[in-house]
Amino acid sequence: MSTIVSLPDQSTARVPKRNYLTNENGLLSWLLTGDHKRIAILYLISITFFFFIGGALAGLIRMELLTPQSDLMASDTYNKIFTMHGVVMIFLFLVPSVPATLGNFLIPIMIGAKDLAFPKINLLSWYLYLAGGTMTLAAMITGGVDTGWTFTTPMSTHFSNTNVVTTGLAIFIAGFSSIFTGLNFIVTVHRMRAPGMTWFKLPLFVWANYAASVLMVLGTPVLAITLVLVVLERTVGIGVFDPTKGGDPILFQHLFWFYSHPAVYIMILPGFGVISEVISTFSRKRIFGYTAVAFSSMAIAVFGFFVWAHHMFIMGVSNYAVLVFSLLTMLVAVPSAIKIFNWAFTLYKGSITFETPMLYAFGFMGLFTIGGLTGVFLGSAGTDIHLTETYFIVAHFHFVMVGGMLMAFLSGIHFWWPKMTGRMYPEKISQLAAVVTFIGFNLTFFPQFLLGMLGMPRRYAAYPPEFQVLNVFSTAGATILGVGYLLPMIYLVWSLKYGKVAGNNPWQATGLEWQIQSPPLTENFTTIPIVTQDVYDYEWLERQKEHEVTHVG
Amino acid sequence: MSDSHAIATAESGHDHGEHPAYLRHHFVSLEQQQETASFGMWLFLLTEIMFFGGLFTAYLIYRNWYYPAFVAASHTLNIFEGSLNTLVLITSSFTMAMGVWCAETKRRQGLIISLVLTLILGLGFLGIKADEYHEKYVKHHIPGHTFNAQGFVHPDQEALKGGEKPLAPDMAAKTEVYFSLYFAMTGMHAVHMIIGIALLCGMLWKATRGGYMDGNIAYVENFGLYWHFVDIVWIFLFPLLYLISRHQ
Ligand code: HEM
Ligand SMILES: [Cu+2]
Repeated sequence: MSTIVSLPDQSTARVPKRNYLTNENGLLSWLLTGDHKRIAILYLISITFFFFIGGALAGLIRMELLTPQSDLMASDTYNKIFTMHGVVMIFLFLVPSVPATLGNFLIPIMIGAKDLAFPKINLLSWYLYLAGGTMTLAAMITGGVDTGWTFTTPMSTHFSNTNVVTTGLAIFIAGFSSIFTGLNFIVTVHRMRAPGMTWFKLPLFVWANYAASVLMVLGTPVLAITLVLVVLERTVGIGVFDPTKGGDPILFQHLFWFYSHPAVYIMILPGFGVISEVISTFSRKRIFGYTAVAFSSMAIAVFGFFVWAHHMFIMGVSNYAVLVFSLLTMLVAVPSAIKIFNWAFTLYKGSITFETPMLYAFGFMGLFTIGGLTGVFLGSAGTDIHLTETYFIVAHFHFVMVGGMLMAFLSGIHFWWPKMTGRMYPEKISQLAAVVTFIGFNLTFFPQFLLGMLGMPRRYAAYPPEFQVLNVFSTAGATILGVGYLLPMIYLVWSLKYGKVAGNNPWQATGLEWQIQSPPLTENFTTIPIVTQDVYDYEWLERQKEHEVTHVG
Repeated sequence: MSDSHAIATAESGHDHGEHPAYLRHHFVSLEQQQETASFGMWLFLLTEIMFFGGLFTAYLIYRNWYYPAFVAASHTLNIFEGSLNTLVLITSSFTMAMGVWCAETKRRQGLIISLVLTLILGLGFLGIKADEYHEKYVKHHIPGHTFNAQGFVHPDQEALKGGEKPLAPDMAAKTEVYFSLYFAMTGMHAVHMIIGIALLCGMLWKATRGGYMDGNIAYVENFGLYWHFVDIVWIFLFPLLYLISRHQ
């Protein structure tokens, strides 16, 4: 890292010839690769594919809701569409998005390792993901599922005559993909760190993914067994959840949410990690309260397991349980708030610049905060009983998941794009895309809070005419949002060929990933680095720069 | 990947002579590789505990609710076959441990024999299990539309002598939950056994060709852990399903 200058001049700069992309050629070299970076790219392509399927379904939902009657499709088609939208978005997009793409690509590099601990298992995870995804699509094409993504019993076990079994098994398989990814990350972080890379020098992105991995490893198996029981109940008629045989549907709820509440943290924690990196880089400061942020990730992971029953306040859990789970739910808000405050303090008096990743990060902070605060309404049993199963819920989790997680994902993709591809994306249009996304998002989902408070229930194709105005706003917003998502698709692909050459460290960031060439070599590091520097040591970097200036001048 | 290895070698200045062929290039040392593999295995077993944990939770809850039905239903299990299976499985754990030891001490013959014994015992376990399942089938104790709880409402003479009490029809119906869990739990366990046996066959094939004699025994060790884990699950299943409240 000789000099630290801004973007290299395009006329002379070239993308290094030898890198992980060019190292071997041919389809097979990709399909059989053990290289974590290539697997990350495979994931990126397939996850993007499923995102657009889910997005198309969302478009259909919003089209249907444009008018109060159910005129675009019949109610049961609508049920299948929103179920598939939910299933695809949750299990095939949100859960794997950041860990499987950015995490796969970056974690080994960030800790100074040549690969993840188990490259073959890593590849296997991708195949499992693909198998699960393909089965989900097959289930959709051959008749769909109408239970909602929560597979609620006894609907799923007895009353639905749609493809519950295929979808259930698909999610089971995709679940193993997620278990293996988590397992791989945990072992890698424990065993593969370069000399000198102590736990408290780990980038916060690594901490966040580590915490999410703990959740994946402990939570996903519970979902897996629950789905197996649903499948067995449908196929061979065992009676664990079946009330006519003495089973209890509420037990399904407990088991399902024991996974699915932590799952929202599986989705959001890696996003937190991205935001920490981006904010630190573009305000050129170490994250304020680094240890607090690191520990808050772990705290979220632990508390996340004790709040599942807040999804069940109206389902016959005891008053005592409601009280306890309400309280615990409030507690999880604390570590999330710690993060928000620490990011805010980092920004304070930093030298902030507004590159695209930073714009998305700001979007994240705003939208996630709103989503999180409305979560407090839902965590309090009193208000929850009024708001649950209305559009307030839909708005709440879209603010958290789409406004939060998806913004973080886009932020991260832009931030590390130069490292992954060796090329810069076009700055102006990508800033525009970030702004369009933000506006489209708010226009889509803010009206849904109001709809929910007015009492519009979720999961119905038709609604009373007085809700139409807000729904029209929401659909219009969804269109804008769609444009906001399509733009990056186009210009990122464009940049692969025409983008400016990025150089090793376009953001002048700290972190091992910026010390190696872009795109990296297959083995990441020619010699294993010895880490002496502190994480996010921007003060040191600035001093270096001054030093160089005085030398030149 | 071979290509990249060559490059890494050239630049970091170590050559293949320094380490055995089975050291994957992303590890620094053999020790690191082996520790990593066993750490990964332990973590995987943790996920397995969570997986079975869901079933155990269900069992404990329902047992609490439908206590008389659970007691009565567990009395119908074949305790002889259950105990025999426990014995078979514990022995197989022992032969597997012998196998690991033989691999460690590079005794090829011993390794092969231990693996064969483990394989036989594993298959024996599944055979006995199949016989038990058949018995349930004959008694109409398989959940689903052929399930019949009449036997619990009107126990036969022999059972009455054995201290069995007749159950009210609605409680007797709850035995279906018990058998649902019985089949889910032992079935899951059997699936794990089948996977284990498949892996065992692969390992045996490799052992007969001189595998695991070069000090690279992480696979054998980790399989051993897996096998012991499956045994331990059974050690919990056996008393829960067969034994408790046997004599009431
Ligand atoms: C383009 C913007 C999107 C629109 C317009 C949209 C629209 C909707 C609507 C209207 C519903 C509610 C269906 C109902 O309950 O009646 C819904 C549900 C859901 N959406 Fe989206 N969505 C969008 C993007 C996303 C994204 C990007 C994700 C995830 C990354 C997502 C995840 C979900 C999930 C998990 C559900 C729950 C399904 C259910 O349980 O009903 N959505 N979406
Ligand atoms: Cu929750």
